[in-house]
Amino acid sequence: MLSPQTRLAPVSLHLLRSLSCLVKRVAEPEARTSAPRILLGLQHVVERGVAARVQAAGVSVALERVVSGPTATFAEGESCGLSPLTPAGGPHAIPPPTASARARRLTPLPGEANGPFQAGSHVALIKREGRRRGGSRCRCLRAGAGCWQSAAAREARGRRAGAGARARAGAAASVGGEHPGAAGVGAAAAMAVAVGRPSNEELRNLSLSGHVGFDSLPDQLVNKSTSQGFCFNILCVGETGIGKSTLMDTLFNTKFESDPATHNEPGVRLKARSYELQESNVRLKLTIVDTVGFGDQINKDDSYKPIVEYIDAQFEAYLQEELKIKRSLFNYHDTRIHACLYFIAPTGHSLKSLDLVTMKKLDSKVNIIPIIAKADTIAKNELHKFKSKIMSELVSNGVQIYQFPTDEETVAEINATMSVHLPFAVVGSTEEVKIGNKMAKARQYPWGVVQVENENHCDFVKLREMLIRVNMEDLREQTHTRHYELYRRCKLEEMGFKDTDPDSKPFSLQETYEAKRNEFLGELQKKEEEMRQMFVMRVKEKEAELKEAEKELHEKFDLLKRTHQEEKKKVEDKKKELEEEVNNFQKKKAAAQLLQSQAQQSGAQQTKKDKDKKN
Amino acid sequence: MDPLRQSASPCSSRPSSPKTPPCEMLGYVGIEAVLDQLKIKAMKMGFEFNIMVVGQSGLGKSTMLNTLFKSKVWKCTLPGLAMPTPQTLQLKSVTHVIEEKGVKLKLTVTDTPGFGDQINNDKCWNPILGYINEQYERYLQEEILITRQRHIPDTRVHCCVYFVPPTGHCLRPLDIEFLQRLCRTVNVVPVIARADSLTLEEREAFRRRIQHNLRTHCIEVYPQKCFDEDINDRILNSKIRDRIPFAVVGADRQHLVNGRCVLGRKTKWGIIEGQGRWTGPEVWLCLAVENMAHCEFPLLRDLLIRSHLQDLKDITHNVHYENYRVCRLNESHVLPHGPCWVNLAPTPPGPSVAPGPSKACTQAREDSDDN
Repeated sequence: MLSPQTRLAPVSLHLLRSLSCLVKRVAEPEARTSAPRILLGLQHVVERGVAARVQAAGVSVALERVVSGPTATFAEGESCGLSPLTPAGGPHAIPPPTASARARRLTPLPGEANGPFQAGSHVALIKREGRRRGGSRCRCLRAGAGCWQSAAAREARGRRAGAGARARAGAAASVGGEHPGAAGVGAAAAMAVAVGRPSNEELRNLSLSGHVGFDSLPDQLVNKSTSQGFCFNILCVGETGIGKSTLMDTLFNTKFESDPATHNEPGVRLKARSYELQESNVRLKLTIVDTVGFGDQINKDDSYKPIVEYIDAQFEAYLQEELKIKRSLFNYHDTRIHACLYFIAPTGHSLKSLDLVTMKKLDSKVNIIPIIAKADTIAKNELHKFKSKIMSELVSNGVQIYQFPTDEETVAEINATMSVHLPFAVVGSTEEVKIGNKMAKARQYPWGVVQVENENHCDFVKLREMLIRVNMEDLREQTHTRHYELYRRCKLEEMGFKDTDPDSKPFSLQETYEAKRNEFLGELQKKEEEMRQMFVMRVKEKEAELKEAEKELHEKFDLLKRTHQEEKKKVEDKKKELEEEVNNFQKKKAAAQLLQSQAQQSGAQQTKKDKDKKN
Repeated sequence: MDPLRQSASPCSSRPSSPKTPPCEMLGYVGIEAVLDQLKIKAMKMGFEFNIMVVGQSGLGKSTMLNTLFKSKVWKCTLPGLAMPTPQTLQLKSVTHVIEEKGVKLKLTVTDTPGFGDQINNDKCWNPILGYINEQYERYLQEEILITRQRHIPDTRVHCCVYFVPPTGHCLRPLDIEFLQRLCRTVNVVPVIARADSLTLEEREAFRRRIQHNLRTHCIEVYPQKCFDEDINDRILNSKIRDRIPFAVVGADRQHLVNGRCVLGRKTKWGIIEGQGRWTGPEVWLCLAVENMAHCEFPLLRDLLIRSHLQDLKDITHNVHYENYRVCRLNESHVLPHGPCWVNLAPTPPGPSVAPGPSKACTQAREDSDDN
């Protein structure tokens, strides 16, 4: 709504000019066919002039004269003629106009309730708005109306962008012809497109007249991130003994505790260790993942599988967290691999087939940075040839290694120069050797000293620059926006979700997810039932067995008892017999003794008798 | 408070993994260069900020926005005209791109003319809540897509500035109802509008009464106490909480005072900026907006823009949006699809602290059914 004092003064002049042209045009009978358009033009002009009380009278007179002729009626008797246009009792009950200057309603003539006026006005308005949106001027008001038109057009765009249509849900129903006001049309147009979305054409640059202070925003963001801490995960892929752990120690200037691996591993396994590093006020949570046993087996067909599984598992964990209903992503410890350092053995010839196969499997899942390990074993001229051979092999096999970003001016240059040196030939060492008058990390050989941080000796410094100092954030971003999104897309499509057209089923993800979950739960329940039944059956069987055993035992017991009884009886019988025999014997013995004694007695008597006789 | 809010502060994070041993670094590695990388990335991408102003007409909302961002963000309506008040509450949004020292900010301002202007203001907060939830819904839809955009456009309302009319007494029932509902969905910063109609003592008393009202009704305005991360934050935020609601005056005109160009309001009476002397009724004197002695506009500006903008965005993303998402995903298999959900206001109209978000949602659904 234009304020009266400041903005309408020049506008009202234009208004009068345009109105005078209009009046002339409408008065001519040939212009009758285009009457609706011009009328509406007038209507908008009326909007503009609402507050222009000074020129109001002249305008309203013209207005009434024009308008009451062919089609609509305006309220009469208004001193300025331009206050709210209340309907003169048309067939449609139109509520009093809203504050939006454009939401005026013209009452159709009783005779033409649904006549051409309605359709015409609607169409005309659409056309008009369309044209205005396109930035061109409305034809019928071209005469001298440029200034206010463009100002109004700008405002129209601004107004329409708003949610005026959204808020008036009730009014939206009668877009057809009752609301020729721009807001109504804006509602129609907006609904046709996408309800109430501020479109891009609404973005306009404002100039500030003073210091507002939001240039501290990057600092605010950085402070927030600093308090949260950063996560960085590196995967080192390479054969045993190629110098992975040493390189990590050298890169981060610290000793990560680890024992060297043996060559006897039966398969490749990944070992992840996390450390917390702090430098000034930046906390970094570093996770280093080592491939233990890579390249040691005789059959190396499946060497890459554990690595791919591990990377997928980390993506899966993140996806699960993201899909949860109650999630806490800000607190989540991100374990997705941000960078993969692939250690190439310094043979001097070319890549091994194991390297090619593994890199091909990994290139769509992780940012690969190939490096030549133990580079102090390669001579300078050999190194150059080796590097170009490796890069050409990678390109010809379609392996996509990580490209250092060159779209940001500040880092484009350094990234461009560094990428020429890929793959970096590095030497790792944690031992310090005295060079000149200070200690430096180096490897001491009988024939010389290889300094780690000397750019002429190896590319370690370049690797450190690229990996940590320049592109750490980009590596993390690529992982999240490219590799993780790819994984997510594949996984969700595999699970059966689809992005259907935006109009139908916007929540198919949730629906299908629920359906799948119910299915899964159902299956789970079934399995549980099965298991329970089996258990019950087994118990029954066991019980039956036990009963059998019990019965047998009882029988045995009875048998034993009976045998025992019999035996006892036998023994008793025998005992009786024995006793009888003993008795008999005793009797016999007694009888025999008696006889004996009798015999003795008789003998004695005999001798006595003999003696007597002698005497 | 909701059981959801009992969790750790959403804005800082100590990564929740098993204890990792801290390592001593023996030399400079260069990890802190990641901060510069972050800054470069942020400057390239630009920032977004969405602010909503709510209040009755004539309280100076548009002027305040213009003063805040020092540009014609919104065309103001001067009072005194025979402008009919809107019959229904409408929401109007305008988007601008402003740049300062290389930092691009996409600012979206939503105005709510017609709020509280009718005779019957019952449920006048529903369109506003509907709008806010619609923005959350839009973001959720984008986030749920299979092929999603690299950078989801953020139209969620980060901050809602609520203009309290300077009655001088206390919060009106409309204010209380509205604030209760809104503070659960969005960050609300209440301000006392047109504070030049109150003297300093009246201002202080009004402020205390408002704070008392907010406490009584358990309305947590921004900065919320439960999201203070550490002791420094708590100290800083307590200072801010002590001054909320700010007493602000909006002005977008420059006046010449003592040879200096000052943003302010010129009235026939008043106090000379900074000196407090009455120099006669015929002299035109000026209330300077940037002067802390006159009004607390600088505090509001510092809070919203210079120090807590990122925090506002973070709390919106980590707390309010997540609450909405939980609500929505829990109910999604019950809710019908399509545009009719826009009318739901998932915050409960309960008089006291609501039980939990799912209950809140069902209650809100019942409310809307009643509607």
